[in-house]
Amino acid sequence: MTDSRMLPTHEWMGWDNYFKIFRLRHWKIAVNNLFIFGFLYIVISTLIGLLLAILLDQKIRAEGIIRPIFLYPMALSFIVTGTAWKWFLDPGIGIENIVQLWGWEDFKFDWIKNRSYAIYTVVIAAVWQSSGFVMAMFLAGLRGIDGEIMKAAQIDGASGFRIYKRIIIPMLRPAFLSAFVILAHLSIKAYDLVIALTHGGPGRATELPATFMYSYTFERNQMGLGATSAIIMLVMIFSIIIPYLYSELRSEDQK
Amino acid sequence: MKLNTLQESNINKSRMSRTLIYIVLFVFAIYYLLPLYVMMINSFKHLDDIRSGGMLNLPSIWTIDPWKSAWSTAQIGIDPSGLKPYLWNSISMVVPAVLISTILGSLNGYVLTKWQFRGHGVVFGLLLLACFIPFQVVLIPMAKILGLLGLAGTTQGLILVHVVYGLGFTTLFFRNYYAAFPTEIVKAAQIDGAGFFRIFWRVLLPSSGPIIVVTVIWQFTNIWNDFLFGASFADFDSIPMTIALNNLVNSSTGVKEYNVHFAGAILAALPTLIVYIVSGRYFVRGLMAGAVKG
Repeated sequence: MTDSRMLPTHEWMGWDNYFKIFRLRHWKIAVNNLFIFGFLYIVISTLIGLLLAILLDQKIRAEGIIRPIFLYPMALSFIVTGTAWKWFLDPGIGIENIVQLWGWEDFKFDWIKNRSYAIYTVVIAAVWQSSGFVMAMFLAGLRGIDGEIMKAAQIDGASGFRIYKRIIIPMLRPAFLSAFVILAHLSIKAYDLVIALTHGGPGRATELPATFMYSYTFERNQMGLGATSAIIMLVMIFSIIIPYLYSELRSEDQK
Repeated sequence: MKLNTLQESNINKSRMSRTLIYIVLFVFAIYYLLPLYVMMINSFKHLDDIRSGGMLNLPSIWTIDPWKSAWSTAQIGIDPSGLKPYLWNSISMVVPAVLISTILGSLNGYVLTKWQFRGHGVVFGLLLLACFIPFQVVLIPMAKILGLLGLAGTTQGLILVHVVYGLGFTTLFFRNYYAAFPTEIVKAAQIDGAGFFRIFWRVLLPSSGPIIVVTVIWQFTNIWNDFLFGASFADFDSIPMTIALNNLVNSSTGVKEYNVHFAGAILAALPTLIVYIVSGRYFVRGLMAGAVKG
């Protein structure tokens, strides 16, 4: 809340920075992107993670090989993920080029260079990185469910799909919650991925609050605005985390 | 007769759905492996080979020059030093940070479950909250504190930052694990006259194998892969591997040496990949045991 530029000054500015930041187009783009990115990233990762966990739980023979394949992207840094996908999505050498070489000459896939689609490429790469981890969490949850329940439902004549919909998925509530919390907090924090994949561009099309904060604080010497954006991010995260922690700790006390 | 055909169609149906399951799993396995495959393959190609397209093709001439270049001669920032010196920077930062944060986390977990004091719930809640503070929020205050301590830009400074930031997670892991440890045993040891550290050393630690594995893997990957702290706080001679990689990819003026970038990316990811492959089984099992409980 000070007007710090290069060096911190301690002159009190009241709420000015907060008014200022919400008038900035740059910040609006960043917040808007965060909502698009966060929503798609959380929903798609959860769906893929759940689907893979359920499929892997069907006594699959090669589970020991498949599971590490799904999980290994988690071991990579966002920088490596971002760099790999940057090449992969690049129209000149990546997917577009490959499909064209296969003979489909008109094929176009240049989302990463396209202002209105670039943010979705960030989603693709982020989902690739973390859906395996979500799968591991759901798998842990599924393995914790008593097999007898499934058998009883089968005897009652419920179909596989209905068993999952009515019985298993509701029982995975805790896993959903932890997946949601971890993904939400990853998506608000996402910084390295955007830097490596698109560097906020083309233009400002993939700017997120995290990159906004960094560029205002360290590159544009607008420390006051940077700090303001950091505090807004903190409030956003806490508004997700605190209710979760509260319910967690309370349910633990009741045990 | 009718029953027979019904059974048969049931069997056919289940065989079909199992095939479907395998197909779906297989498609996803390709989705996850493709980027790694592309990086691997192209890191062994000559630049002309890459430029002529066909990212998925095997190299027409195999070469390990890109690897040599990424390791020891590639231009990073202003030095043609390759990634080699940065590997040491990363190791000398990661190893102490992982050790310190794991030890402190296990002590915290021990105190929070077996030596509970008034307000232990609040302390734990605050530590948990600390896990979720976005890095960006602590950047400015952290820079100030590092400056005050005279650690700005040093490896020690980075270790301190990572220990502080990792403490929430390590405490969470150990607390959840020790919460399931029977308190009676601790009480019995106390009656036998064992002190605070003796109990920890002799009673709790010998049975904490799985959770130590999970914590070390988690901390190792997180700290190794960190970018933001390294980019903000590292000085010229403490730059870790991830930032060096980013510099390598973005700094090449003129010709973009994709093959060198690919090799560099794999080099930077290698330590964590090895850790995951060697001990991944324990990691998943440890997650099931308690780290992600609830």
